[in-house]
Amino acid sequence: MPSALPLADPAPLDGALPATAAAGSSDRNLGMYLHVPFCRVRCGYCDFNTYTASEVRGVKQSDYADEAIAEVRFARRTLDAAGIAPRPISTVFFGGGTPTLLPAADLVSMLDAVRDDFGLLPGAEVTTEANPDSVDAEYLAQLARAGFTRVSFGMQSAVPHVLATLERTHDPARVPLVVRAAREAGLQVSLDLIYGTPGESLENWRTSLAAAVAEEPDHISAYSLIVEVGTKMARQIARGQVTEPDEDLQADMYELADAMLAEAGYGWYEVSNWARGDRVSRHNLAYWQGHDWWGVGPGAHSHVGGVRWWNVKHPAAYADRMHAGVSPAVGRETLDDDTREVERVLLGTRVRGGLAIDTLAAPARAAVAGLIADGLVDGSAAVHGTLDLTLRGRLLADAVVRRLLDY
Amino acid sequence: MSPRATTVLQPASTPPSAIRNFCIIAHIDHGKSTLADRMLQITGVVDERSMRAQYLDRMDIERERGITIKSQAVRMPWSLDGVPVALNMIDTPGHVDFTYEVSRSLAACEGAILLVDAAQGIEAQTLANLYLALDNDLTIIPVLNKIDLPAADPEKYAKELASLIGGKPEDVLRVSGKTGQGVEELLDRITELVPAPVGDADAPARAMIFDSVYDAYRGVVTYVRMIDGSFSPREKVMMMSTKSTHELLEIGASSPEPVASAGLGVGEVGYLITGVKDVRLSKVGDTVTSAAKPASIALKGYSEPKPMVFSGLYPIDGSDYPVLREALDKLKLSDAALVYEPETSVALGFGFRCGFLGLLHLEIITERLEREFNLDLIATAPSVIYEVTTDDKKRITVTNPSEFPGGKIASVSEPIVRAAILSPKDYVGTIMELCQGRRGTLIGMEYLGEDRVEIKYTMPLGEIVFDFFDQLKSRTQGYASLDYEPVGDQDADLVKVDILLQGEQVDAFSAIVHREKAYAYGTLMTERLRKLIPRQQFEVPIQAAIGARIIARESIRAMRKDVLAKCYGGDISRKRKLLEKQKEGKKRMKMVGRVEVPQEAFIAALSGDTETKDKK
Repeated sequence: MPSALPLADPAPLDGALPATAAAGSSDRNLGMYLHVPFCRVRCGYCDFNTYTASEVRGVKQSDYADEAIAEVRFARRTLDAAGIAPRPISTVFFGGGTPTLLPAADLVSMLDAVRDDFGLLPGAEVTTEANPDSVDAEYLAQLARAGFTRVSFGMQSAVPHVLATLERTHDPARVPLVVRAAREAGLQVSLDLIYGTPGESLENWRTSLAAAVAEEPDHISAYSLIVEVGTKMARQIARGQVTEPDEDLQADMYELADAMLAEAGYGWYEVSNWARGDRVSRHNLAYWQGHDWWGVGPGAHSHVGGVRWWNVKHPAAYADRMHAGVSPAVGRETLDDDTREVERVLLGTRVRGGLAIDTLAAPARAAVAGLIADGLVDGSAAVHGTLDLTLRGRLLADAVVRRLLDY
Repeated sequence: MSPRATTVLQPASTPPSAIRNFCIIAHIDHGKSTLADRMLQITGVVDERSMRAQYLDRMDIERERGITIKSQAVRMPWSLDGVPVALNMIDTPGHVDFTYEVSRSLAACEGAILLVDAAQGIEAQTLANLYLALDNDLTIIPVLNKIDLPAADPEKYAKELASLIGGKPEDVLRVSGKTGQGVEELLDRITELVPAPVGDADAPARAMIFDSVYDAYRGVVTYVRMIDGSFSPREKVMMMSTKSTHELLEIGASSPEPVASAGLGVGEVGYLITGVKDVRLSKVGDTVTSAAKPASIALKGYSEPKPMVFSGLYPIDGSDYPVLREALDKLKLSDAALVYEPETSVALGFGFRCGFLGLLHLEIITERLEREFNLDLIATAPSVIYEVTTDDKKRITVTNPSEFPGGKIASVSEPIVRAAILSPKDYVGTIMELCQGRRGTLIGMEYLGEDRVEIKYTMPLGEIVFDFFDQLKSRTQGYASLDYEPVGDQDADLVKVDILLQGEQVDAFSAIVHREKAYAYGTLMTERLRKLIPRQQFEVPIQAAIGARIIARESIRAMRKDVLAKCYGGDISRKRKLLEKQKEGKKRMKMVGRVEVPQEAFIAALSGDTETKDKK
């Protein structure tokens, strides 16, 4: 998750949630995000809340699972206290950082804690992110045995100079090996790709897409590189050491991705996500559909019934709070109805079939015709009542949102 | 108390023979205000402690820019050889835009100090005012200032002054306003050389208004020079141009704070307060007479202020429009030359079309509006007055390109000026190149001393208001100075160039230019706008056109990508806040048809910011 936190209200030490958070909770899924804030090296483009060993003084990675488990228990107590419907968990997602930097047993014990405290729905989706060079067949098999269903590999690119610019350490040759191992362990596989890296050509990107498709994963995410303020890459661009990614080239790359992925049988279901059949990321969809989730770990964000909060960022501060038995949250915001509607439109627009037109306010409905005329919204889907972006519309999704909201 | 004058002569009872009325003619920053300060101090009207640097320049802007916008008069006691005199120093505005006000100030005097920086020599505008002074038969006292400066070259410039006005170089006084050196001698010389005023004490009163200042507490303060007769408190007076009558609530002289007196007699200089709230009722150049016993003939030389340069002023924040209206209404009270009327622009919203005496006047008003009323403003490119005759013989006065008629045009007439440029001789080539490029016709060239040249051109005023002065300064490292005076009109092949954004005319960018320059203007503006306007969801053509004929074209390619790739749990709040920020930003967007243009883009295009950036 991004390191820049929004300005908001302070969060209470006991983590108590307002009564409004409980309203309608039985109609919403409950997910669990577990953040692992460690990486072997920090990549130059990354602004996520993660730390290399040398950055975290006095905090042992080996203690981390226990701290996270403490927050899982805290979550259960807090939700109960707020009168929020106890529900088994629909989806669990381990993200980072690099979750697989921890021993498999740590991830397993964290998942066990979720299962013990909340229960898992039958068919629950349990995903972990992984670096191609941080797992092997045995590690993956161990996760699968413990109930993990899905692994998302940070492949990023198949082209060595692009990986080097991104400061990714893995050998591209490892990707087929770990994908095969995951599949043999019975896990679904997703591959994450990044395009628009400085120095990456359209041909480089085609190579990476072809390599990804060749592995026949269930799911592919493709993100354009965003140069975040404060990252090493932002400084390199400011100093003229690398060239800022060109937006038109990124658009060409997106179009190429959509064409190649469609050709290979992957359909888009969110602007940056494609899946075969129903192998979508249900956990991520829950974010976009306004469900509830609890985010465990330093800097993790949570959302329950219109209340968003986020935890203290530094692992040492986080550990202190968990040992003291107080809420790790440092800021939160309680959304009013108008803001929730803005978020619903903002998120739903990005998802295929994510917005039913008849749920939109009159001005937004009135804007749809213009969006169809401009080739941004699919006309036939709209006639059937759904707001679906066209390919061009996906590239201009933020503009579509502004037009729907008259912003 | 004056160290010299033991007897201080009182207004209303001073014989004309003991009065000396003089002004100082000087270029900006040649030290006029500093010298005036020193005189106030040496004559004892201002003591050291209350001495505020540059006492006479009251407005902040004036002090900061080191120039005098509004003139005032100060009465100072002095004596020579034991004979007391009253010296009236009339501070003249020092800029080309205020030539008329200068001429009225000069008309109130019998003598003028020609003050020249001993390190720089005379400048074009000083020369222009010197001509005016000589034209008014004023006695000229040449003075070199800043002789304390290491760079001062009094020998050289004394020669220059002597050759200019006659006399010997050694007659040129040398002073330092800063140290006070030579200032007493100067006061003596004024007493000695400036003729005493002459007037008929028994004739009906006639006083000439040479300045009119609005004061928030006292209303309009009118500065006058009595020519004939006298005024006393409570008397009813009449303005001869409007026939309006007012009671004199107060009459007096400034020393330098206003001091009420028993009246003003022949040859005296002082102020009148009638309770009037609008300077338009008390106009510079007008004659004040007695209502009971009015004069039959007004003094010569009065004319209405005539705006020469027009520009649209718009608040950057549209909701400031009422504030701008109020601010202009207030400034109008103290500035008879300011005219304005409401105007609407597609690009800039609601604003006012304002008329100014010249470019500096425009700049001063804009700055005062911004500073005193806390407004953020954008000014459209300045325009002059064109007289357009259509094929069907209709005559249309155009002060705004939008008024330029669309049909067949028989002729267009534009104002022309005689421009005088003073410069070190090394820059003659580049100055001539600049003037020729601005459709100038060389009238002549004259050497002033060894290395300085006065170059005279006839030029369209429209060419001068558009960036000429900046160009002149940058081509001459700031050494050249400019003065101009209107000399009439000429017919010229002028056309209106429109700028179109996706087929919609952007009024603020229409310009009346010479046909030969239309293409250059068109490509300049279309290219500027292409660089400044952000990409839209569709391609946006930018065209320059004369009527229906397109003369230049650029296009802004459609934006292809406007989406944040990632939007996971932790991104949502941030993403929403970004959206809210964009919504705020949209308030500053102007819509031209379907094209969203940030106000900043228009402002930058109007001010030519893109070019300066490119140069750096």
